[in-house]
Amino acid sequence: MPDVIETISKRWVGAAVGRKEDEALLTGQARFIDDLYPIPGIRFAAILRSPHAHARIRRIDVARARELAGVRDIVTGKDVQELIGSIPSIVKAPLAYYPIAIDKAHYVGEPIAVVVADTRYIAEDACDLIDVEYEVLPAVANLRSVIMRDAPLIHEAVGSNVISRRSFSYGNPDDAFAAADRVFEFSYSLPRYASTPIETFGVIAHFERAPDRYTVWSNFQGPFVVQPLMANALRVPGHRLRLITPPSSGGSFGIKQAVLSYIVLLAAVSRRTGMPVKWIEDRVEHLTAASASSDRLGTVGAAFTKDGELTGLRFKTTANMGAYVRPPEPASLYRMHAASNGCYRVKNISIDNELVVTNSTPVGLNRGYGGPQFYFALERVMEIAARGLGIDPAELRRRNLIRAGAFPYKAPAGAVFDAGDYEAALSELLRIADYEKLKERRAAARRAGRLLGIGLAAGVEPSGSNMAYVSLAQTSEERRRADRKSGANASAVVTVDPSGQVTVRLCSCPNGQGHATVAAQIVADALGLHPDDIQVVTEVDTLTSAWSIASGNYSNRFAAIVVEAVAKCAEQVAQKIRLLAAAALDATADEIELHEGYARVRGQSNKGLPFRKAASRAHWDPAGLPGDTSPGIHESAVISPAVLGSPDAEDRIASAVTFGFVVDLAAVEIDAKTGAIRIDKYASVHDVGTQLNPKIVEGQVHGGFVHGLGAALFEELAYDDQGNFLSGTFADYLCPTAVEVPAIEIGHVETRSPANALGAKGLGDGSSMLTPAAVTNAVADALGRDDISLPLNLQRVWAFANGHNRTTKSRPAISSSRPTGRAAGETLTGSGEITLLAPVQEVWRRLLDPNELAAIIPGCRNLTQDQVDRYSARVTIGIGAIRGTYHAQIELRDKSERSSLRLLGKAVGPLGFGSGSGLVRLQPETEARTRLQYSYEAEVGGKLAAVGQRMLGSVMRYLISQFFRALERRITPASRTGWRSWWLRLRQYVSRDET
Amino acid sequence: MKPVGFDYYRPQALSEAVALLADKGDEAAILAGGMTLGPMLNLRVARPRSVIDISRIQALKTISVSNNVVITGAGLTQSEALRSDLIAREVPLLAMALPWVGHFQTRNRGTLGGSVAHADPSAEIPLALVACGGTVVLQSRRGGRRIAAKEFFVGALMTQRRPDEIVTALEWPRTRPDAGHAFTEIAQRHGDFAIAAAACSLRLTKSDRVEHLSVGVGGVEDRPIAIDVSGFRGQAAGDIPANLSAHAASSVTPMEDRSASADYRTALTKVLVERAVNAALDMARLQRNRL
Repeated sequence: MPDVIETISKRWVGAAVGRKEDEALLTGQARFIDDLYPIPGIRFAAILRSPHAHARIRRIDVARARELAGVRDIVTGKDVQELIGSIPSIVKAPLAYYPIAIDKAHYVGEPIAVVVADTRYIAEDACDLIDVEYEVLPAVANLRSVIMRDAPLIHEAVGSNVISRRSFSYGNPDDAFAAADRVFEFSYSLPRYASTPIETFGVIAHFERAPDRYTVWSNFQGPFVVQPLMANALRVPGHRLRLITPPSSGGSFGIKQAVLSYIVLLAAVSRRTGMPVKWIEDRVEHLTAASASSDRLGTVGAAFTKDGELTGLRFKTTANMGAYVRPPEPASLYRMHAASNGCYRVKNISIDNELVVTNSTPVGLNRGYGGPQFYFALERVMEIAARGLGIDPAELRRRNLIRAGAFPYKAPAGAVFDAGDYEAALSELLRIADYEKLKERRAAARRAGRLLGIGLAAGVEPSGSNMAYVSLAQTSEERRRADRKSGANASAVVTVDPSGQVTVRLCSCPNGQGHATVAAQIVADALGLHPDDIQVVTEVDTLTSAWSIASGNYSNRFAAIVVEAVAKCAEQVAQKIRLLAAAALDATADEIELHEGYARVRGQSNKGLPFRKAASRAHWDPAGLPGDTSPGIHESAVISPAVLGSPDAEDRIASAVTFGFVVDLAAVEIDAKTGAIRIDKYASVHDVGTQLNPKIVEGQVHGGFVHGLGAALFEELAYDDQGNFLSGTFADYLCPTAVEVPAIEIGHVETRSPANALGAKGLGDGSSMLTPAAVTNAVADALGRDDISLPLNLQRVWAFANGHNRTTKSRPAISSSRPTGRAAGETLTGSGEITLLAPVQEVWRRLLDPNELAAIIPGCRNLTQDQVDRYSARVTIGIGAIRGTYHAQIELRDKSERSSLRLLGKAVGPLGFGSGSGLVRLQPETEARTRLQYSYEAEVGGKLAAVGQRMLGSVMRYLISQFFRALERRITPASRTGWRSWWLRLRQYVSRDET
Repeated sequence: MKPVGFDYYRPQALSEAVALLADKGDEAAILAGGMTLGPMLNLRVARPRSVIDISRIQALKTISVSNNVVITGAGLTQSEALRSDLIAREVPLLAMALPWVGHFQTRNRGTLGGSVAHADPSAEIPLALVACGGTVVLQSRRGGRRIAAKEFFVGALMTQRRPDEIVTALEWPRTRPDAGHAFTEIAQRHGDFAIAAAACSLRLTKSDRVEHLSVGVGGVEDRPIAIDVSGFRGQAAGDIPANLSAHAASSVTPMEDRSASADYRTALTKVLVERAVNAALDMARLQRNRL
C-alpha cells in the first residue's frame, strides 16, 4: 500500500514515546482479571487436582465436602462430560481432550473436581474433604523413557504414545549429505520450561438461560482460532460463547493461550451450578498444570564442504505434547518449519517429526514458540561445525548467510523472508561486542588456566503467523480433505465521536507490549494529532468487537500485521476528515493536510479548522455532508497479508509475514570448582525493520534476553521417573531476578519490511530464541565439550567442568555411622543400620507384632489389622511446622524367618502421598545382640513433591531412622531387664514350637 | 493458595505468649516475620489451629551486651541486625552472614529467632550461630533454658525446641579485636537456599599459628554443623586452608537433592571452607597488623 506510506507523517512513529499504559499500572489503577466483579452473585471456585501422574478414578466421594458450610456445589468430570464435548485437535488420534479428568487422570495437576463456594478459602477447605479413590497406574513423564517399548500407554485407545510422525524433504538432502566433505551431528535433549507471567490464569464464567449464552471474562490472549473450538466443546454456536478480556494484563508470553481449557471448564461449571463462578489460578496450580514449552529430544546433522559451505541439514525431533494435544498444538513443532534453513542459504533439508504423549501437563505457546528449541539444534551444530572445520564461528556463519540482495528470499520449506541485511547485522554485532579483543582476552584467560568461552547464535524471527502452518502436521492428502486454511487476519476500528475525540479499538489482546501506545502513535501521525489525544481500547468482547480467526496476541503479530490494519483505518478516517474539511474550506481533499490538531489547506496556514470541528460535522450535520460522504466516522479494516497462502502439496508454506533477524554473542567464564557461570559479555543485534517505538523495542529485547537466560541457566519444569511433578513453587522453579541479569549491549540494523505500510517487522520473541543457544555455545567453548544439556545450573556445570557424564553418582549403599539418604535419580533411597541389644528372635517378633508396629511407626494412631500382615492406620507426621495426617497402609512381605522381610508402606493425605518399600535384614551379632540393616526406596508425590523437593530426602531419612530408633528404644530396656528378657526368651521358645 | 482457618493471637508480652503456647501446644505455630510460615500456611503444608504472632513483643527486639556475649532478641529483624554497629563490631561473623539471607525485602521482616527456630538446613543465621559457638535461649511457662547451638539443631526443620517453648534470644560470643572471620556460600541465585555455605572464625599468634579456630558448614548436612578442628589448632597458618578444607570435605555426610548430589556438596564443602579460611586468615592478619 504505497499510497499509505506517503500520507503518514513520521512525527510520532519511530519516536520513543512514553507508554500510554504505564500511568494506570504505576498508580495501581490498572484492572486485571482478579479485579473484575462484572456481575453480582459471583461464587468462587477451587480445583481439586490429581496428585498422581496416571491413575484410574474409581470413586469420588464429595459427601463430606458438601456438608461444609459455604460450599455451594461440587462438579466432577462426569458432571462436566454431560454438558460438553472434547476439545478438538488437528491431530487425528483417539485421545479426547477434556478440561477435567473423566475416568482417568493423565498428569499431576489434572483437574478432578471443581468446588464452588462462597469464598476461595472455603472452596479450598472443601477440596481437602473430597475423597477420591484412585487406582494408581504406571506413569511416564520423561521423554527418554516414553519412547522405550515397555513404557506404559497413556491413552489405551491410541495404542502408542507416539501420536504423529511426519517426514519432510526439501531439495535433495540425501545427495547433499552423500557428497559432503564433512558431516557434523549433534544430539540433544531440552527441558520443558515456561515464561511464568506474574499474573496467573483467571476466569469468570456466567451461563445465562436467557439469552441462552455463556459469557466468560478471562485473560485469554488468543489466538482466536480456538474460540470456535471452545464453542464447539460447549456445544453452542460461536456467538453463544461470549469472551471478554480485562483492560490490563499481567503478562502472558504465550502461556495464557492455555486458559482456553479453563474457559470451557468453568463455563460448564457455571451452567451446571447455575451460578457465576470465578476462578483465579494460584502459583502452584500455574507451575504444575498451566502450560509450558515442549521438552524435546533431537538430533541435527549438518553437511558442509571443506571450505564451510552448509549444503544440507537434517533434523530429527521428538516433542513431548504432555498428556493431550491441546490446540493450537502441535504448532510449536511446526512454527519454525518453513524457515528450517534459519538465516542460511542451505537448500537441502530433511525433517522427521515425532509427537509423543506422556503423563505430564499439556504444552503450548511459550515465548519463542518452538524457536528456542529449533535454534538450539541449528546454532549448536553450526558452532560444532565451526570448531570441526577450523573456521571462526562468526566467519562460518557469514559465509552461509542469505545475502543482502537476495530479498524477498524464498526459503526451501516455503517461508518468504521479506527483507534483511544479515551480514551487516553480524558485522554490527562483532563491532559492539569487540569480538577481536574478546578473542584475545579468551586466549589470555586460557593461558592462565581460566575457562572463558564465546558463543554465537543467529536466526530469523518469524512474525505474524499464517494460521495454516499447523496443518503441516497433516499430510497433504489429509489437508485436501479438510477445509482450506490460510492467512492471518488482523482487524482494527478507528472512530471519531461527535466531540471529535478519536478512539482506536484493537483485537490484539496485549499482554504488556504497549499496543495502545504504538497504535496511538500511528493514528496520531495519520490524523495530525498528539498520541495523548487518541484513546485506545484493547479490551475484546467477541460479541461486539471486530475480531477474526487470527485475533489475539502471539507470534509477534502486532508490529507485523496489526499495525497495518490500524494504519489503514486511520488513513480512511484521515481521508474522510479531509473531505469534510475541504467542503468547509472551499478546497479539494487533496489540498487538505492534517497537522497539529488542524485540518488546513496546504500552504495556507491561516486557512483551516480544528480537527474536532471537521469531525463533528459528520455527526451533527449529515444533511450538509459533501457528495457521497456517509454520516458518522467509524472506519474498520480487516486485513490478511497476501503472501500467507495455504500449504502446497510439497508441504511448503509462507508461514509468517515478516522475518526479523537476531544475532547474539555470549561470553562466559566458568568457575570449575563451583560450576558458577559469570556472564562476561552479552551483545545482541536486531533487525526489526522500522522501530515503531525504540523504547518498547528496547524493553522487548531485554525481556526476550532474560527469558532466554532463564531457560539457559535455571529453568526446568521437572518430573521424576514416576511422573511426579517437582517444581511447584518459585523456590524450585528458578527465574532470573535483576541480580542475575547482566547489562547487555544492544545494536540495531533496520531494513524496512515491504509487508506493511510502516516498514515494521514483528519482534518480541527476539533473543528468547537465541540466548539459550548462544549461552550454551559459550559454555561449550569454555569447557571444550559438546554434550551439554540445559539448564546450565551449578551442579550440572560443575559436573561438566569436572568430567562427569552424569550429574549424580551413587554412593555406598550402607553407611555404618549415620543413616544416609538421597533424592537423586529422583526416587528417594537410603539405608542404615543399627545394633539392637536383643537376640534376633526378639527383634523378629517385635517387627511382626501389630502393637509394636503401632508403637514404632512415627505418629501412628488407630492401627488396625486388615489381613495377615496388612494394616491400616492414621499417621500424623510433623516436621517443623509442616504437619499432616495421612491414611497409611502397611504390609509385610517376603518374610524369611528371623532373617529378612520387606516393609511396604503407603500414605495418602491432603498434602499428597508417599509410598515406599524397605528391606530389613537381621543378623545375630551375639546371643543378645542383633544387627539390623535396612535399605529403602520411596516415592513422594502430590503437593509435598511439588513444593518440598529440597527437604524430602532429609525428612524421609529422618522418619525412617525414627522408626528404627523407636524399635531400638523399645527393645533396649527389655534386654536390660533380666526377668523380662527371660520371659521373652521363654516366649520365643513357645512361638518356635508353634511354627 | 489460601490457608486453612486458624485462631490468631497477638500477645504484647512474652509471658502472655508463653502462656498461650502452653495452652495450645503443638497445635500452635509461632509467627514472627512470616517469611517462611506465611508461604507454608498459604501452601497448606502448615495447618496450625492457632497462630501466635510474637512480632509486637518489644522485649524480643533488643540487643544487649554482657561480658562475653551479645544477646540478640529473637524478634530482631535481619535488617535491624544488619544495620547494627554493635553487631558489626562485636559479632562480625553474623554481620557477614546476613547479606546472604534472602533479599532485602525479606530481611525487613524475617527475624533472627525465626530463622533459628525454623532450622532450614541451608539457613545462614543458624550456621553463623553454630560456627561461633553461640547459644539458643528458650522460654516456656515451665521456665527458661539455654542450649548450645551445636546441640539445638537436630535435622531438617527439626530442633530441640519443645512445643511449649519460644526461642526468645540468641547469644553470640563477642569477637576479639585480632580475630578474622569469613562467611561464604554457593546458591543458584543470590538469596536462594544455599547449596553449601561455610563460616570461619580464627585468630593468629604472633608466629602466624592458628588459635581459636572454628569452622561451620551449612546446607551440606541436614543441619548446620561445626567441623571438628581440634587437630588444626596451633598449626602454621599457611598449611591450614588446604588441609582443613580437605578434612572438612572428608568429614561431612552430605544430603542429596535435585540441586546437588552428595559429590557436588562434598566438592563445595572443600572449596568453600578453603575460601572462608583464606578470607578469615586475611582478615586476622589485617587486624593483627592494625593493632
